[in-house]
Amino acid sequence: MNRYVFILLFFFLVLAGCKPGNNRNKKVITIKGSDTMVNLTQSWAEAYMKKYPGIFIQVTGGGSGNGIAALMNGSTDIAAVSRDLNPKEIENGAKKGLIFKEIPVAKDAIAIIVNKNNKINSLSLSQLGAIFSGKIRNFSLVGGSDLGISIYSRENNSGTYEFFKKNVLSGNDFASFSLHLQGTAALAEAVSKDIKGIGYGGIGYFAKRKDVKIINLIDEESEFEIQNLVGINGQINYDFIWQGGYSFSRDLNFVTSGKESELIQHFLDFVISEEGQRIVFEMEYVPLKKFISAE
Amino acid sequence: MSNLKLTTKNEVEMGKVVIKRKRFTLKSVSEKVIELIFASSGYLILITILSVFLFLLWEGWNALDSTGLKEFLFFEDKVTGVKSSQWNPTSNEEKYSLLPLIAGSFLTSLLATLLASLAGILTGIYLSEIAGTKTREILKPAIEMFSAIPTVALGFIMLVLVATFITDIFNPENRLNALLASVGLSIIVIPIVATLTEDALRSIPEEIRLTSLSLGASRWQTVFYTLIPAASGGISAGILLGFSRAIGETMIVLMTTGNASNLTFNIFSSVRTMTATIGAELGEVAFGTPHYYALFLIGLILFVLTFLINFTADIINRIYRGRNKF
Repeated sequence: MNRYVFILLFFFLVLAGCKPGNNRNKKVITIKGSDTMVNLTQSWAEAYMKKYPGIFIQVTGGGSGNGIAALMNGSTDIAAVSRDLNPKEIENGAKKGLIFKEIPVAKDAIAIIVNKNNKINSLSLSQLGAIFSGKIRNFSLVGGSDLGISIYSRENNSGTYEFFKKNVLSGNDFASFSLHLQGTAALAEAVSKDIKGIGYGGIGYFAKRKDVKIINLIDEESEFEIQNLVGINGQINYDFIWQGGYSFSRDLNFVTSGKESELIQHFLDFVISEEGQRIVFEMEYVPLKKFISAE
Repeated sequence: MSNLKLTTKNEVEMGKVVIKRKRFTLKSVSEKVIELIFASSGYLILITILSVFLFLLWEGWNALDSTGLKEFLFFEDKVTGVKSSQWNPTSNEEKYSLLPLIAGSFLTSLLATLLASLAGILTGIYLSEIAGTKTREILKPAIEMFSAIPTVALGFIMLVLVATFITDIFNPENRLNALLASVGLSIIVIPIVATLTEDALRSIPEEIRLTSLSLGASRWQTVFYTLIPAASGGISAGILLGFSRAIGETMIVLMTTGNASNLTFNIFSSVRTMTATIGAELGEVAFGTPHYYALFLIGLILFVLTFLINFTADIINRIYRGRNKF
């Protein structure tokens, strides 16, 4: 009988051990949101935790919308959002007495990619619109070789999908036969293996890949000047993005509930410091301008 | 002597009875408790399945309430009146046609079941009728290990290796297509068909084999004209269970079909299945919206479908098992 008592006791002790620790001793910051920002946020978290031991930062993805929802439920301290907050979200937050604070932490540029063996180097916005809406189904119609087009898109819960739909398709639908992939990495992989492929995503994912080609944009308004997202040397043209010359760039934001603790504020300060922005640069996203130009 | 022996024996027995009685009370309590635990875990499964079904039914009903049956079949353009069947719930005009999703699910899993049945039945016959004991002891667990491969790993292999292989051979319309998904799915269906075929063949009484052989049939003739017809119930049950496994599989199709909601029966074209749609979209859909309920309706359809298939398989299995008894 004693044995059973011991087993029971042990069981309860284990249960007691599962109780979440006291946050006051083990400082924890939770960040949830955009999948686009997960890698970047993780790098910030790692650098910060290394610099300030004793603070633990927990980063999870799930999408921008999920991040905001978690912030509203109080299950996260910071929401990572790869777009601007929409009015409905601000309104919903206000109903719960939260005044969201949006802090731009980096920039992201959406690049359009094709297979490295595709002859096409640049496309105009209207050509892109026609391709992604399914009106043009062969690369020969936009100056390439006679090849059918496979459109690689993201799932409809992706922030990048929304951004692209709004900016390239002016809110209209993607072609019904476009393929939907889970994540930008899968998309890059697919386009790198499919000569017919064309896709889009954050430039950070593509810049280092040699097997996909980033397309430059032909600006129809300014007399067909080419928006050189990538220079001749293969480097990303940052100045061009900062100046707002590239059509498809967006802010990446951290959103807080407006009543953040000193601990969270300290982390936010780190993120937008020069040290934090250097990490953005290393992760192949676009840093906030003022820090890199001060170099 | 014998009398004495009898009495001692009786005494011993009586003593036993006394002891037994003492134990009986203690035992009966613990036994009752244990019995209750076993029974409750059994009933818990039943309750879980029932409540899952009721939950899906409830949420799926809401879908019909908020969107309407007609819109789950076609999207009718309000201006031109043109009917189209598209799944695009985040469009400006939400399109909820389930036809491409249902077609996609059936296309991939039917093809997968076809491929797997060919390989699985042959494997089952080999295991049961041809292979020696040693070979079977190695081969059988190896085949069962097939279904232990994490489907996400299988999907990845399909995506990276097999997709290139298929593209090189067939030059399909899309690199990620229904055929690729079917090949992936068939790998998890093969063990189901193979094991159930083997079971069905082995459950055939030895007399049938011997009778066939003694009538002058060769081993091959025995297998094809006697054993397979006798085991056809078990084999078709296996195929049905394999099909229901294929139609319920999510990860492989999510990774390999390309997820384009084409209403097509072209195996070289990209398709979108019901499971992949739930898997991809439920994560971030807003609670209580028509889109949310539509996903639950898909879940309900899947549940009913697999339930019916499994039920049919069970019935077939029972009928044929009964028939082969002497």
